[in-house]
Amino acid sequence: MSKTMFEKIWDRHVITGQPGEPQLIYVDLHLVHEVTSPQAFQGLRMNHRKVRRPDRTFATMDHNVPTKDIFNVKDLISKKQIETLRQNAKDFGIRLAGMGEADQGIIHVIGPQLGLTQPGQTIVCGDSHTSTHGAFGSIAFGIGTSEVEHVFATQTIWQVEPKQMGIHVHGKLPDGVYAKDIIMAIIAKYGVKFGVGHAVEFYGDTIDAMSMEERMTLCNMVIEGGAKMGVVHPDQITFDYVAGRKYAPKDMAAAEDYWSQFQTDDPAAFDEVIDFDVSDLAPFITWGTNPGMAVPYDQAFPEPQDQNDAHAYEYVGIKPGMKPTEIPITWAFFGSCTNGRLSDLRIAASYLKNKHIAPGVHALVVPGSMAIREAAEKEGIAQIFRDAGCDWRMPGCSACLGMNPDKIPAGAHCASTSNRNFEGRQGAGSRTHLASPAMVAAAALNGHFVDIRKEASVWSR
Amino acid sequence: MEPITSHTGKAIVMPNNNIDTDQIIPKQFLKNILKTGYAPHLFFDWRYDQSGKPKPDFALNKPENQGATILISGENFGCGSSREHAVWSLTDWGFKVVIAGSFSDIFYMNSTKNGLLAISLPAADRKILNTATSTDQITVNLVDQYVEFKGQRFHFDIDPMWKNKFINGLDDIDITMKYEDQIEAYEAAMPTFD
Ligand code: SF4
Repeated sequence: MSKTMFEKIWDRHVITGQPGEPQLIYVDLHLVHEVTSPQAFQGLRMNHRKVRRPDRTFATMDHNVPTKDIFNVKDLISKKQIETLRQNAKDFGIRLAGMGEADQGIIHVIGPQLGLTQPGQTIVCGDSHTSTHGAFGSIAFGIGTSEVEHVFATQTIWQVEPKQMGIHVHGKLPDGVYAKDIIMAIIAKYGVKFGVGHAVEFYGDTIDAMSMEERMTLCNMVIEGGAKMGVVHPDQITFDYVAGRKYAPKDMAAAEDYWSQFQTDDPAAFDEVIDFDVSDLAPFITWGTNPGMAVPYDQAFPEPQDQNDAHAYEYVGIKPGMKPTEIPITWAFFGSCTNGRLSDLRIAASYLKNKHIAPGVHALVVPGSMAIREAAEKEGIAQIFRDAGCDWRMPGCSACLGMNPDKIPAGAHCASTSNRNFEGRQGAGSRTHLASPAMVAAAALNGHFVDIRKEASVWSR
Repeated sequence: MEPITSHTGKAIVMPNNNIDTDQIIPKQFLKNILKTGYAPHLFFDWRYDQSGKPKPDFALNKPENQGATILISGENFGCGSSREHAVWSLTDWGFKVVIAGSFSDIFYMNSTKNGLLAISLPAADRKILNTATSTDQITVNLVDQYVEFKGQRFHFDIDPMWKNKFINGLDDIDITMKYEDQIEAYEAAMPTFD
C-alpha cells in the first residue's frame, strides 16, 4: 500500500499504540515560549519532575516582547511571563534565546533559522502556528499547556494519527503573486474548516520551485483552513537551507540520505486530493473577520451569505460591492511568523525604495528575528524602510496579536502581512486586511490597495 | 498527584444546573502564570458585590463553610469554555470532590488531570445530600464507589481507568512513564548525524 510522507515519519515515531487510537509519539523537538509554558513548568515543580530532554527543548520570548524598547517591558503580566520563562529555562536547564540576544525572535522563525527544525522530525510547541515547521518535511503541530507539561516530562505525546490530504499546486505564479496569495486563495475557496482532522501536504511543480521561506508561509497559514498541520516533502532546497546552520547536523551527507526517504509514494496515498492551478491567480485581500473572507484583488466584496458575513461587514465598516481600492488604509504591519522573514522584507523594501508612504499612514516593520533584523540592516533594507517613513522595530510577534504595546487603534484599517483577521486581534476594534508583503507595501504607499501586478516586473520575486 | 481512596469532609451546596466555567472563574483571571492562586477568584461574580466586597450570604463567604472540601451542584457542571483554570480554582480553594448530576466532557477530563474527583449522582440522591449543613460530614469512598451521608449510602459509577488513576494518584505523565523502557529503547535507536 502506498504511503504519504507524513505516514512514513509518523510510523517512525510511534512508541506504542494502535492506528486509529491514541498512539504514544516521540517528540524530537519541543519549542517553548513565555505565554503557554508557565503552568507546565509549575506542574513539573509541584510533582518534582524534570525536563526529560532539555537538549531537545528550546525556548524564547516573542508574544509579549516590546519592539520599541525591548528591555523596557511596562505591562506587568508581560513582564512576569518573560521573567518566569527566563527563570524556568535556568532551573530546568533549557536553552533560551533571551531578550535582546542574537538568536531571539518569533519561535517559528528561529527554529528554522537556527537549524533546529529538520526534515523527518516531530516538532511540537504550545502554539497553533507550529505548522510552519512542516515546510521542512516534518510533523509539526500545536499543543495545549497540559500537553506541554507532558512533553517536558516524557518527551512524548499521545495523538491520534490525522487523515491525509494532498493539495496539488501547479502552474507558474504570475508576477506580483506570492505564496501568501496561494494559501489565502485556497482558504477563500475551500473555507476555514476544509482541513479539519487532516495533515495537508502541498506538492506539485509550484511547490518544487519555491524557496523554504515561501513553503513556510504556506504551512504556517494552512491551519487557518482548519488543518492540524501542513507539510512539504524535503528536497535539495530544504537540505541546502538547513546545511551550515547553528544546530544543523554535522554529517550532512548522512542526514540527507536519511531525510530523502520521506516522500509520498503517489497521490493515491492521500485520503483526499485538491487540485489548485496558480497560473491565473491574483493577489488576495481579506475583507472580513476570518481568513476565509477574502477576494482576489480585482473582485468586489461579496454579498453577505449569512448573519456571520453581515456582522463582519458591520465590524469592518465596509460594504458589499466595494473594491479593495476603496478601503482607507491608515496602518500597515509588516511582520509575523507568516511573512516576517528576510525575503518578505526584501520584497516590501523593493517596492518602497526611493518612495514615501502616504500621509496619514503608520507603517510598522517588525522583523521575525534578531538575525533578520541584523541582515536587513546590513543589506540596507532597514534604511529603505526608514527612508520611506516606516517605523523600523525590534523583533517579536508584535501587532500580529497585540499582546505587547503594538496595537492598531479601534476603527483603523490595517493592511497586514500576518495570518489572522479576527475581531480585535490587532487591538480592540482594529480592522485587519490580510495580504502579501508586496500588497501591504503598495497599500502603505497609496493609502489603499492597488494592483501591484502592473508594476511587479520592476522588482524580483 | 495525591492518591485518593476515601475522603471525608463537609460540603457546600450550590444546587444550580449549568454552572459554566465563566461563572467558576471569569476570563479576567486567566492571565496568571501558575496553577495556583485562583482561590480568591473562584465564583467571582457571585461572590463579590460591585465594590468588590464579599457578599455575606454567598455560600463560599460564610464562616461556617470555611474548610469545606466537597461541592454539591446540579446538572451539566463545568460547561462552557475549556479553561483548565476552572478546575485549578476549585482545587486551589480546597475542594477535593465535586458531586453533580453530570459534568461537561472537557471539565471532567481536566478534573482527572488535576486530582479533582468528579462524581455524578442522580437527582434523588442529590436531593438528600442537598440538606447537608456545615456541621455534617460526608464520606466519599472511591474503592467501594459510594457516598455516605447520615448513614445512607449512594452508589456511583466511575470508569475503571479513572478510578485506578485516582486511587493510585497517577496522572497522565505517570501513566506514560510506564512505557519508559520503550521510550528509552526508542531514544537509543534514534539516528544521529554528528
Ligand atoms: S507571529 Fe502571530 S501567529 Fe506567529 S506565533 Fe506570534 S502571535 Fe502567533
